[in-house]
Amino acid sequence: MGSDVTSFASLAPIFPEMAIAIGAVVLLLAGVIINKERSVGISYAAIVLLLVVAAMTVFQGQDGILFNGTFIADGFSRYMKALVLGGSAFALMLALPNAVEQGVHKFEYAVLVLLATLGMMMMVSANDLMTLYVGLELQSLALYVVAAIKRDDSRATEAGLKYFVLGALASGMLLYGASFIYGFTGTTNLPAILAQVTAEDRSIGLIFGLVFLLAGVAFKISAVPFHMWTPDVYEGAPTPVTALFATAPKVAAMALLVRLVSNTFAPIAHDWQQILIFLSIASMVLAAFAAIGQKSIKRLIAYSSIGHVGFALVGLSAANQGGVEGVAIYMAIYVTMTVGLFACLLSLRTEAGEIETIEDFAGVAQTRPFVAAIMAVVMFSLIGMPPLAGFFAKWHVFLAAIDAHLYLLAVIGVLASAVSAFYYLRIVKLMYFDEPRQTFAAVPNELGIIMAISGFLLVTYYFTVGGPLASVAHMAAGSLF
Amino acid sequence: MRTICSPTHLIAEREDDEPSAIFFYVFSTIAVISALMVISSRNPVHSVLFLILVFLNASGLFLLAGAEFLALLLVVVYVGAVMVLFLFVVMMLDVDFGSMRQGILQYMPIGVVIGIIFLLELLLVAGSFVIAPQLSGVATVPIDMGVQNTKALGLVIYTRYAFLFEGAGAVLLVAMIGAIVLTLRHKVNVKRQDPAVQSARRPADAMKIVKVKSGQGL
Repeated sequence: MGSDVTSFASLAPIFPEMAIAIGAVVLLLAGVIINKERSVGISYAAIVLLLVVAAMTVFQGQDGILFNGTFIADGFSRYMKALVLGGSAFALMLALPNAVEQGVHKFEYAVLVLLATLGMMMMVSANDLMTLYVGLELQSLALYVVAAIKRDDSRATEAGLKYFVLGALASGMLLYGASFIYGFTGTTNLPAILAQVTAEDRSIGLIFGLVFLLAGVAFKISAVPFHMWTPDVYEGAPTPVTALFATAPKVAAMALLVRLVSNTFAPIAHDWQQILIFLSIASMVLAAFAAIGQKSIKRLIAYSSIGHVGFALVGLSAANQGGVEGVAIYMAIYVTMTVGLFACLLSLRTEAGEIETIEDFAGVAQTRPFVAAIMAVVMFSLIGMPPLAGFFAKWHVFLAAIDAHLYLLAVIGVLASAVSAFYYLRIVKLMYFDEPRQTFAAVPNELGIIMAISGFLLVTYYFTVGGPLASVAHMAAGSLF
Repeated sequence: MRTICSPTHLIAEREDDEPSAIFFYVFSTIAVISALMVISSRNPVHSVLFLILVFLNASGLFLLAGAEFLALLLVVVYVGAVMVLFLFVVMMLDVDFGSMRQGILQYMPIGVVIGIIFLLELLLVAGSFVIAPQLSGVATVPIDMGVQNTKALGLVIYTRYAFLFEGAGAVLLVAMIGAIVLTLRHKVNVKRQDPAVQSARRPADAMKIVKVKSGQGL
């Protein structure tokens, strides 16, 4: 009945979580004491904290299982945590310029993002169904509030409410599935479940539980057919909040899914493989065709992110170590592309405010050549054009699918990728070959730096970060098999 | 080692099963009937009252199952706090429940179809529920039979489940911050009490002693 934490030093694997939790509470108190409507210092402190903790997990991270098997820190969790922390930090940076107009100027925004990040880290490190649920709820609850933080804007509150109602439904499904799994295996501990699950005499109740669990997680990563909320929430929420939604929470939910299927339920791979292949194909195909008719840029980004989740699931469907490695690389590159994309989007502002429709991109190349160049790089990378990073992301996952003899899946993926090239290229065409219709305000420095970093990483991926990233992802995936 | 299949099975295992079996059927029948009344009564206040009845009977079922802490919690938290809040909402917001019911016939067929599918699936699952033989070494009764619920919870919640307990605490913190962020409005020109200023007041600041000459007034 006792605890396995005997000294402060034995808590080392959970130091990153503790740092974020204490940091969030300290910043909350600081914000209350400063008592100003806007305090930039708190946002900067939160960004520094996130980046320091990310560096800590990468370079100083310790592996171990703590708290009677409810928490695990391994190579995979540290890789995904670094991505989550980085994604949150950059999303906070994107919220710095024009914060008042976006409604994200309150100090509570940074605190809520920190607490959401804490929830995501718990999800990534979940070694028990209970930890999984607590982490998921912590993350979701903070994100519901963040979606509606621009509370005087009817679209933002609608987005928050919609996200809340559908998210609660998804949580309910997940919990229902978890209760089935507990009922049919007698334990909530993931390694103990792994010991119980065998391919030969698996009970139908366990499969039921797995299906419900996957449905709940599929909602969080917005895979088709659980994607309905994504375009509405992405469009309604303030743009910096959308940038957060499209990066860190997706990585966390994907990490959770990877750990569940490729470790805990590995013996019944045949059962979940069918589900994942369906989710993957549906996401890729629907996103490719539904995005074509979109006029709003944020809805387009929403469908694009649904499609990219589909591509990442291709790797996971392969059910081998190469596939998990591919997913890990894919998520890293996806976060880089998304951060760059939102930096471009936020830096294009007219007198009327931020741009909303795709038509507003007309002629950007003539007035803002730097932004247009980075945007074009991001677009080509999202298509998967070599030698940009997006190509290598897709290459890894398709390779894993071919290795697992999922030829049809790979072919559909490549075709969907070709269809999706249409709407990405349309933006490039508008920027470079149409006449400018409006003038844009100057680009804030923070966004310029983020765009430069993102563009640099995407262009030089093969020569700079590609090799180290692949080896780190290899180690991360290795800790699950 | 005790594995639990169904409430009736559980009750059959108890020593004096006759009276508790009767109570089980009484509690569960009332619970099911009042649950039906919750969704079928026209007056929303009646629905809330029936929901309270459901909770009371459910807490009776918990008592029969030996979970006295959960039983008390259900009464204190759900009946005492959540349901009162519900009543407030129903009475204060004046929601037009008549108009919400308009589409019910339109959505009824698909609802019935989905309900039947779920029922069949559940029957399928319930039919396959077997206690795996290799499970006996893994499954444990969460609470030691010799210890009271409350004490047993106290023994594990700050030690074995400290991590999850802290996580739940963070969830509550988020809920509090969220409620404040989304609803608190700082109004300008509102006179607020400042206890420090109030207690620092001296008679000299607040009072002026005037010598009034007789026959003249102020």
